[in-house]
Amino acid sequence: MIFRRSERGKAPVEPVTLKILVAGGFGVGKTTLVGAVSEIKPLRTEETLSEAGRPVDDTRGVAGKHTTTVAMDFGRITLREDLVLYLFGTPGQDRFWFLWDELATGALGAVVLADTRRLEDCFAAVDYFERRSIPFVVGVNCFEGASRYPADAVRQALDLDESVPVVLCDARDRESVKDVLVGVVEHAMQAAAAAREPATT
Amino acid sequence: MSDDGRGTQRTKALRGIPGARGTPGPQETPRWFDDDAGPVVRPYAMTRGRTTSPAQHRLDLIAVVIAEAGAAGAPEADQTLSPEHVDIVELCRDAPQSVAELAAELDLPIGVIRVLIGDLVDDELVHVTRPVPPAELPDESILRDVISGLRAL
Ligand SMILES: Nc1nc2c(ncn2[C@@H]2O[C@H](COP(=O)(O)OP(=O)(O)OP(=O)(O)O)[C@@H](O)[C@H]2O)c(=O)[nH]1
Ligand SMILES: [Mg+2]
Repeated sequence: MIFRRSERGKAPVEPVTLKILVAGGFGVGKTTLVGAVSEIKPLRTEETLSEAGRPVDDTRGVAGKHTTTVAMDFGRITLREDLVLYLFGTPGQDRFWFLWDELATGALGAVVLADTRRLEDCFAAVDYFERRSIPFVVGVNCFEGASRYPADAVRQALDLDESVPVVLCDARDRESVKDVLVGVVEHAMQAAAAAREPATT
Repeated sequence: MSDDGRGTQRTKALRGIPGARGTPGPQETPRWFDDDAGPVVRPYAMTRGRTTSPAQHRLDLIAVVIAEAGAAGAPEADQTLSPEHVDIVELCRDAPQSVAELAAELDLPIGVIRVLIGDLVDDELVHVTRPVPPAELPDESILRDVISGLRAL
């Protein structure tokens, strides 16, 4: 529930709702990121997928993880009584890519989480948001044991537009995730401003 | 959405993703996890096999469902409503609920929740707010509020 019962007879506040998507490859930390800032436990529908269906190298870097989320998970941040931000973790399995269209419609922006040990896992997400002109930030999730690439190296490897922010983050850390989300909203504001004033540079 | 060639280095990653180069065909219309997860038999029995309803057309996951003030009577007394319909009205009467939250709260697939909400809209027991797409926000002040709200968390 978003709000307490409103006073008797008073019309309830009709909140403005916004959504930010969290995308990226299998096991990259999407659910963890949502959970780090959500005021509710991330709600989700999960189904255990058999390991047999996946290419062998898909599980590199995700040792010990045997299930994956096939639907979405979402979290909620009530910023004000009348302003609520929802976070949607997109399905990690590429075969569920078509769910993104529904999630992406009307999204304020997106976080593409990347793991430097398997950067290629986020290619599909980067392509998707670029093609749909949805503002996104690349969050490089800093797992232990993964070498720390400078953000610029990641930008080059992903062939990102200069305007796309690349930030190093820790999906388990609330402050770090807050910074990533602020980055998404700021980037969305800049993209909107640029769209309003074309060809001034 | 121009394709300026950016991303060509990444196209390898798209191989094997059905339809990744285009929009979904009609047979691939997003249907959520109705087929892939969750108990579907009973929920669809609940909607009497209906998978669409006029009022639930394209209900966004973050559309907010609000109980009508006139719905203060007892929806449970309405014989045409299922217990799940009544649950939705009661949850929304406590506080406005997003479509996604209702689905999670009642543990029902999104498709089923949409049908049930559509029934309730038809019966004028609830109404649904259409979320404002960010591109249609009147000004930047809401986004500034989001940023300061996030920083203050
Ligand atoms: N060391 C470290 N571990 C992390 C970090 N983020 C996530 N993990 C761990 O990585 C594993 C996978 O994280 P999830 O959040 O489930 O990943 P996901 O992207 O939601 O996975 P799918 O939904 O299955 O694709 C979990 O065991 C996390 O605890 C991080 O920043 N650092
Ligand atoms: Mg997950």
